[in-house]
Amino acid sequence: MINRRRLDKSWIYLLLIAGAVFFVIPFFWMFSTSLKSYDDVFAFPPVWWPSEVLWSNYADLIFELPFVRYTLNTLFVTAMTLLGFMLSSSVVAFGFSYFRIPGKKMLFRILLVTLMIPPQVTMIPQFVLFNRLGWVGTFLPLIVPTFFGGAFSIFLLKQFFDTVPREFSDAAKLDGANEWKIFTRVYLPLSKPALATSALFIFIWTWTDFLNPLIYLNDDRMYTLSIGLQQLSTSRTTAWPQLMGGSVLMTLPIIVLFFLAQKTFIQGIQVGGIKS
Amino acid sequence: MSSVAKSRKRESRIGLLFLSPWLLGLAIFTAYPIIASLYFSFTQYSGLSSPRWIGLENYARLFQDQLFWKSIYNTLYLAIIGIPLAQILSLLVALLLNTKVRFLSVFRTLYFLPSIVPAVATALLWKWFLNPQFGPINLLLERIGLPTPGWLTDPAWSKPALILTSVWGVGGAMVIYLAGLQNIPAELYEAAELDGAGRIARLFRITIPMLSPVILFNVVMGVISSFQSFTSVFIMTAGGPENSTLVYALSIYRNGFQFYRMGYASAMAWILLIITSIAVLFVFKFFGKYGYFGGAEK
Repeated sequence: MINRRRLDKSWIYLLLIAGAVFFVIPFFWMFSTSLKSYDDVFAFPPVWWPSEVLWSNYADLIFELPFVRYTLNTLFVTAMTLLGFMLSSSVVAFGFSYFRIPGKKMLFRILLVTLMIPPQVTMIPQFVLFNRLGWVGTFLPLIVPTFFGGAFSIFLLKQFFDTVPREFSDAAKLDGANEWKIFTRVYLPLSKPALATSALFIFIWTWTDFLNPLIYLNDDRMYTLSIGLQQLSTSRTTAWPQLMGGSVLMTLPIIVLFFLAQKTFIQGIQVGGIKS
Repeated sequence: MSSVAKSRKRESRIGLLFLSPWLLGLAIFTAYPIIASLYFSFTQYSGLSSPRWIGLENYARLFQDQLFWKSIYNTLYLAIIGIPLAQILSLLVALLLNTKVRFLSVFRTLYFLPSIVPAVATALLWKWFLNPQFGPINLLLERIGLPTPGWLTDPAWSKPALILTSVWGVGGAMVIYLAGLQNIPAELYEAAELDGAGRIARLFRITIPMLSPVILFNVVMGVISSFQSFTSVFIMTAGGPENSTLVYALSIYRNGFQFYRMGYASAMAWILLIITSIAVLFVFKFFGKYGYFGGAEK
């Protein structure tokens, strides 16, 4: 019996390790390619590790390609998006959680439904709208809509706000606080974990978003990382060291965030069950 | 008017004020575009000149358009093979990780990380990883004496290549299953073991039935997102070779933003909306009672 258990265990480890290898090798390949010379990249048969490690590939990215510019653009858009979504979503989520409003149930259902509307359905009229406003080719179409709330963040924050005990806000009310004060002084300070989860996911979505920048940004100097890398891949189809280096640099902040906030990450995915 | 009614009225007025950013956004960025898109779908519209009403012509042409059917076929192919594969693999990994293994958090992290790599990076990486000549996959296949397909460059292998790429990102589903598994009461397994139920019986009689809401949810969400998948295909194959990876969302983008057939693309978008609505209705019907979207019931 004990032997059989042990045998089972070794099978489990074997499977787990085999799977882990499949999941890790692509990361390794991405990193090793980013350090290769062209000779190593197009060596046949392929080499796993560069014969000469070229850290200068990263210098190329930073000094010869507009990588710094792309990064700054992405940071700017991401920061503005975070500001827009966090401000608006927390206000709206408080509205959904705190007040008795006729038809609120229905509105919340609509909110959930909007989570599932494919972006392809709204994208053409939105483009026409922004085009008429003269905003195509600027960051505005990426930023302005975020100030009207994001369904996922509103959902997440509302669920959290619902758990704040009423006694807290009743006590504040007795002290003469109005609704805005209750929101900013009672609810927001109590909701730091939910706010953090929401901010984390907004950061990742914006940092990695491809479709919106593709539609709205047409000037090379305004590209975000995702669009910049994609453009680089079409203009220099064999620049694999730089493409992989760029991918490493784009991925790194997310992996660092994951290790800093592992719990928040996993919980967010399990609560939401939705990955856009 | 009683003072209670008055304060109720005040409460809902202030509440609506708090909701107003979202209500405005809903009108401008969701409701208006959906309606406008329906209107565009009945017009010939380049996006530059004003739309010209042509009735049902776009829809009639769509149903005769071979590329339209091809894009539906490709999307369904990827969904029908890719989704069950991803669910089975992520459930399997979750089951393995739900035993008392050492280094659990290391394994969980390794399996999860690929799912948070930016789509652009994943696409570029796998395009390079699957390179038939200079990539490591074919090197390995050759070493063990298996055939070395052309992957993304071969119409017969391009879809399996995309599925392989998406399997790399199953970590998100795994994490959801892991949570589901941990919610199954241990007593169920203990009782079954006393009754002499073997491992396979426990898997099919307890684990899978208990997880079925989660599985169903993942599958339906998978179908919805497969009709939206765009980035990986756009970067890895741009729909080729020979349109073998032309998926639905890519086809909409191409018609709208590359061929400037925005009316035609809107008709495709509306068909997508109908397909998605059916899936969403299904989700709500089945999951209302399982406590998902619990907030909506309040």
